Amino acid sequence: MRHLKLIPDDTNIPFTRWRYVAVGLSLAVMIAAVVLLFARGLNFGIDFEGGILIEIATEGPADIGNIRDELGGLGLGDVQIQQFGQPDDVLIRVQSPQGDDAEKASQAVVQQIKSALGDGVEYRRVEVVGPQVSGELVQDGVLAILVSVALMLIYIWFRFEWQFSLGSVIALVHDVMATLALFCLLDMEFNLQSIAALLTIVGYSMNDTVIVFDRVRENLRKYKKMPLTELIDLSINQTLSRTVMTSGTTLLALFALFIFGGEVIRGFTFAMIFGIFIGTYSSIFIAAPVLLAAGVTRDATTGGLGGVSKEKVPGKA
Amino acid sequence: MLHFDRWKIVLIYILCIAGLVYTAPNFVPKSQLEDIPGWLPNQQINLGLDLRGGSYLLLGLETDALVRERLQDLVGEVRSTLRDEGIPYTGLGIHGGNVVVNITNAGDAEKAEEAIEALSSIVSGNQFSTLPERDLLIEAEGQTISISLSDAAKRARVQSAVQQSIEIVRRRIDELGTTEPVIQQQGLDRILVQVPGLDDPAQLKALLGKTAKMNFRLVSNAMSGQQALATRTVPAGTELLYTVDEPKAPVLVERRIMVGGDRLTDAQPGFDQRTGEPVVNFKFDTTGARQFGEVTRDNVGRPFAIVLDNEVISAPVIREPIMGGQGQISGGFSVQEANNLAILLRSGALPVAISVLEERTVGPGLGADSIRAGEIAAIIGAVGVLLFMIASYGLFGVLANIALILNIAMVFAVLSVLQATLTLPGIAGIVLTIGMAVDANVLIYERIREEVAAGKGPIPAIESGYNRALSSILDANITTLISAAILFQMGSGPVRGFAVTLGIGIVTSVFTAFTVNRYMVSVWLRRRRPKTLVL
Repeated sequence: MRHLKLIPDDTNIPFTRWRYVAVGLSLAVMIAAVVLLFARGLNFGIDFEGGILIEIATEGPADIGNIRDELGGLGLGDVQIQQFGQPDDVLIRVQSPQGDDAEKASQAVVQQIKSALGDGVEYRRVEVVGPQVSGELVQDGVLAILVSVALMLIYIWFRFEWQFSLGSVIALVHDVMATLALFCLLDMEFNLQSIAALLTIVGYSMNDTVIVFDRVRENLRKYKKMPLTELIDLSINQTLSRTVMTSGTTLLALFALFIFGGEVIRGFTFAMIFGIFIGTYSSIFIAAPVLLAAGVTRDATTGGLGGVSKEKVPGKA
Repeated sequence: MLHFDRWKIVLIYILCIAGLVYTAPNFVPKSQLEDIPGWLPNQQINLGLDLRGGSYLLLGLETDALVRERLQDLVGEVRSTLRDEGIPYTGLGIHGGNVVVNITNAGDAEKAEEAIEALSSIVSGNQFSTLPERDLLIEAEGQTISISLSDAAKRARVQSAVQQSIEIVRRRIDELGTTEPVIQQQGLDRILVQVPGLDDPAQLKALLGKTAKMNFRLVSNAMSGQQALATRTVPAGTELLYTVDEPKAPVLVERRIMVGGDRLTDAQPGFDQRTGEPVVNFKFDTTGARQFGEVTRDNVGRPFAIVLDNEVISAPVIREPIMGGQGQISGGFSVQEANNLAILLRSGALPVAISVLEERTVGPGLGADSIRAGEIAAIIGAVGVLLFMIASYGLFGVLANIALILNIAMVFAVLSVLQATLTLPGIAGIVLTIGMAVDANVLIYERIREEVAAGKGPIPAIESGYNRALSSILDANITTLISAAILFQMGSGPVRGFAVTLGIGIVTSVFTAFTVNRYMVSVWLRRRRPKTLVL
C-alpha cells in the first residue's frame, strides 16, 4: 500500500532565493500592523477594558430590536447587542459605569438589565470586570508575552548560537505583530483567551523554528564547505515534510474545535489557526533569512554531538 | 537503541496501565462512583465553573479604610497618653496619612516622644525578612511629632482582616446552602469565591455587600434629628444618622454603644405575633444580656436605636426593661430582608467593607453546551488525526495512534489525580495537544524515511531515526512548555485550565510518543525482522 505523502521525497525548493520578497512582504505587514494598532486600536473585551457582558438565551429566535429598545431606555450609555451563534442567543455588552465606586455601580447595572429583560430569558453567562482588575489583567497579559519571548530567546541562545536566537525571536515578534494586526483588521474581540492564543502561537512558532534550526546545526557539522544559502535551503527542504505533516494534524484538530467547539472559544481557535500558518511561514521565511544575514560561525559548531566531518554530496541535492 | 532493559519495560507497562486505570473513573456515572471499592482509583476530573455552571467572584477588601481606622484609634491613644503624662499639646489630628501632634512646651518634647514610643508594639516582619518590626514609625521635628504606620503594620492588619473576612464570608455563603464553595485568599488583599451551581449570585452579593456592624444605641434626647439637621449642630457625644427606610429620616443618636452586635449569639427570622410582619429574633450572650437589661431598665420611655452599618434600622421606644437577653428587630422587612439580616447577624461583622471586583457567572445551560461541544470537537479532531496518521504511515501510524490514545488517557489520569480543574479552554488545550503530540512521531518517521532513502537497512534506519529526532523533540517541547508555564503563572480561571492541560499534554506526549512508541516499534521489529521498510 502506498502511503499518503503530502510532500514528495526529493524537494529542492530554493526558499532563500525568495527571502527578499518575503522579508519585504513581512515588513509591509509589520508596518501595517503598527499603523492599525495605533490608528484603529484593538477591540478590547471586558477583561481588559472593564464592563459587563451578559449572554442570554431567549425562547424562540431573539428579537434584537426589541431587546435594544428595552435596554436603550435604561440610560446605561453604550450598549452593544449582538447575536451570538444560535438565533436565540444574544450577547449584551455594557461599558463600565464611570466614577469612584464603579464596582458597586456595575452590580446595579446588572440588576437593572435583569429586571428590564424579565424572567422569560435564560442567563447563560454574566461577567462583570471592574476597572481595578481589568487594569491588572492588561499588565499581566503584556508581561506574560514579553517574558515568554525573552525566555525563548535565552533558551535558544543556550542551546544554539546567538544568531539562531536572534532569528527565532525576530520570527516570534513577527508572529505576535501579525496576529495583533489580524485582530485589529477583523475587529475581533481581544480578551484573556486571545492572550492565551498568542502565547500558544509563540510556543508553536518557536517549535517550528527549532526543528529547522536543529537541522541547520546538524548540516553545518556535516557539510563544512557548503555555502550557507544552500545549506539553509537543504535544511528547510529536509524538514518540509514534517513541517507540513505537523501543521496538518494541528490544523485538523483546530478546525474540529473551530467548527464544533462552540461559540465561546471560536475567537480563540480562529486566532490559533491563523497562528499555525503564520508560525510556519515565519520559520521558513523570516527566521532562516535572519540566520543567513547574521552569519554563522562554523567553528563553534564543530565538536559536540555527532560531529561527523565526512564531506559528501547532500542526499537530497 | 532498540534494546530495552527489563526494568524499563516494566516501568512502561506500569505507567501506561496506571494512566488507563486512573482515567477509568471518569467514564463511570457519578451515581455509581461510590460503588467503586476504596482501593481502586475513584477520583473524577474537577470541572471548572465554565463547564459545570456557577459563580466566580473576586472580592477586594477596602484596605484604605483599615489604615484610616487604625490612625483614628491612634489619635485616641495619643490623646490619652499625653493626658496621663500631663503634657500639654495642640493640633492633634490626621494629616496626610500620619498622626501629627504639636507639643506645647519644648521641654516636654522628648518625654512626649518616649511616651508615644511606648504605644508601638512589635509585628512580625514582612515577606522578605522574618525580623520583627515596630508597627509605628515616630518622627520628631522640634515640637512636632509625627506618627505613621510601618508597612509591616499595614500588611499585618490587612492580612488579619483578610483571614477574618474569609471566615465571615464562609459563614455567610454556607447559609445559602450551596455545595462545595471554594473560598480562598488571592494576592494580599483579595478573596476568591467560587460557588458551583449558583447561577444567580444576587443574594450572595447582597449578603457580601454589607459589613454588618450592628450595635444598639440610645437616641439623643438633646434634640430631634430634624432639629439637628435644621440648625446644623450636633451636640457633643452624638452623631446624626439616617434611617434605612425611604424616605431617609435623620436620627440623632448617642455615640456611646450600649450593646455591640458581637454580643449576639443567635438571630433567626420570624414573624411578629401581633402584626404578623417579618421580624428578626435575636439572643445575647450573658454579658450582652446584662448590658441590655441595664440599658432598658434605666431608660424606659426613650427610643433605642438599632444601628446597622451606620444606618438606623429602627428606633423603638423602650416600654419595659428587657431582662431575658432576647429581643426582636422589626423594621418593615420583607421576608427575604428579614432572612438576610438574620444571616448577617449570625455570621458576624466583616472587619472592613468588601466589594466585588470581578464576577463571572455561568448558567447550567451554557456549561452543558460547552461540555458537549468540547466532546464533539475532541472526538472529531482525534478521529481526523488518527486517520491522517494511518494514511500517512500505515502500520507505523497505527503505533503512533496507540501512543496518542495512551497520551490522552494519561492527560485525563494526571488531571484526575492532581484534582486539577478542567475548563473549556482546557478542553481546547487537550484537542491542541492531540494535534501537536503526533509531532514527535512525525519527526521520527520522517527521519526514518530519510535514512531509508539514504540507503540504510530497516534496523539502522529506525535506530538513527529515534536517535537523531530526540534533540529536536526535546527542544520543540521545551519551548512550548515555557509558554504553558508562563500562561499558568499569569492566567486566572479558565485560561489557567488551558495552560494546565497543554503543559500536562506536552510532558506525557514525550513519554508516549517517544518512549512507548519506540518500545512498540522494537517489539514489532524483533517479531517480524523485516528486510525492507515500507514507511
